[in-house]
Amino acid sequence: MSLTAVIVITGLLTFAIRLSFIALEGRYQPPGWFVQLLPFVPIAALTALVAPELLLVGGRLSVGADNPRFWAGVVAVVVAAWRRSVLLTIGCGFAALWLMRLL
Amino acid sequence: MTAPEPSRAAAFLLGVRALLPMYLGVIPFGIIYGVVALQSGIPPLAAVLMSSIVFAGSAQFILAQLVGAGAPGLLIVGAVGLVNLRHALYSASVAPMLGGLPRRWKILLAYLLTDEAYAAAIPHLMSGAARGHWILFGAGFALWAGWQAATLIGVVMGAYLPADLSLDFALPLTFIAIVVPLLTDGRRIAVAVVAAALAVLLEAWPYKLGLFFAALGALAAAGILSRWSRP
Repeated sequence: MSLTAVIVITGLLTFAIRLSFIALEGRYQPPGWFVQLLPFVPIAALTALVAPELLLVGGRLSVGADNPRFWAGVVAVVVAAWRRSVLLTIGCGFAALWLMRLL
Repeated sequence: MTAPEPSRAAAFLLGVRALLPMYLGVIPFGIIYGVVALQSGIPPLAAVLMSSIVFAGSAQFILAQLVGAGAPGLLIVGAVGLVNLRHALYSASVAPMLGGLPRRWKILLAYLLTDEAYAAAIPHLMSGAARGHWILFGAGFALWAGWQAATLIGVVMGAYLPADLSLDFALPLTFIAIVVPLLTDGRRIAVAVVAAALAVLLEAWPYKLGLFFAALGALAAAGILSRWSRP
């Protein structure tokens, strides 16, 4: 398979995955339990995306002083719960990360 | 569409604004992709085109690595499909909110449906914001434009990034800022805890499959908890 073919096929496949349920909408009525779970998708998917970056160092669970990302993440969670500001959360998270590196 | 023009622009800009903080993480990531793609022996033009044809950050990294390792084409296609499986969850999540749109809108928004655009737009979509499709379009377009520019910079100029600053950390921080306000009750917090625990346990699975199954497992937990809490 040529590189061009690989790129085009993976592009089409990626697009098809993203289009899947959007295209089905209105033509097919998903079961009730499925619809009821949809509001949980952002929490489930985005938390799964973030957690390993905060909790793992080189593939091992670490919540000690050697993992500044975990503590910066804790700060970010607290700030996000306190003030719903994305910029403030990012600012405090980075400040905590860089500070921990200095200490 | 009988809506007045300014509202569409306002919704579009709302999406753009929601995405802009992610540039801190996305732009360096895109630049590094451009560099890695060239190092893997992918021609510059193909590396740049891949960013608009495939348009999926981590999948493009894996694609470049597999091309560099001389993997067979079918394996590469399969790997990218697995890496992008999680986008089916996003598709299911936004589908009810895009139901009434013309086909060209559905195609456009599906093409732009990345982790970042989804994260930026979903709080607005779930709160039933007017012209949610314009918000998602704004977020998707902003990410698309930044990703193309970053790829181009990486391919043409190479990477001169201050690695010490860990700018990639901007993405998890932004996602935290998006998810935490959604944790409005004990059941939602429990779903987040299950997702985090499973994602950590399954992290070693190849092609980001652990991420996908962690999300599915957390959704299963949400279903079980919903059943329990019903009278």
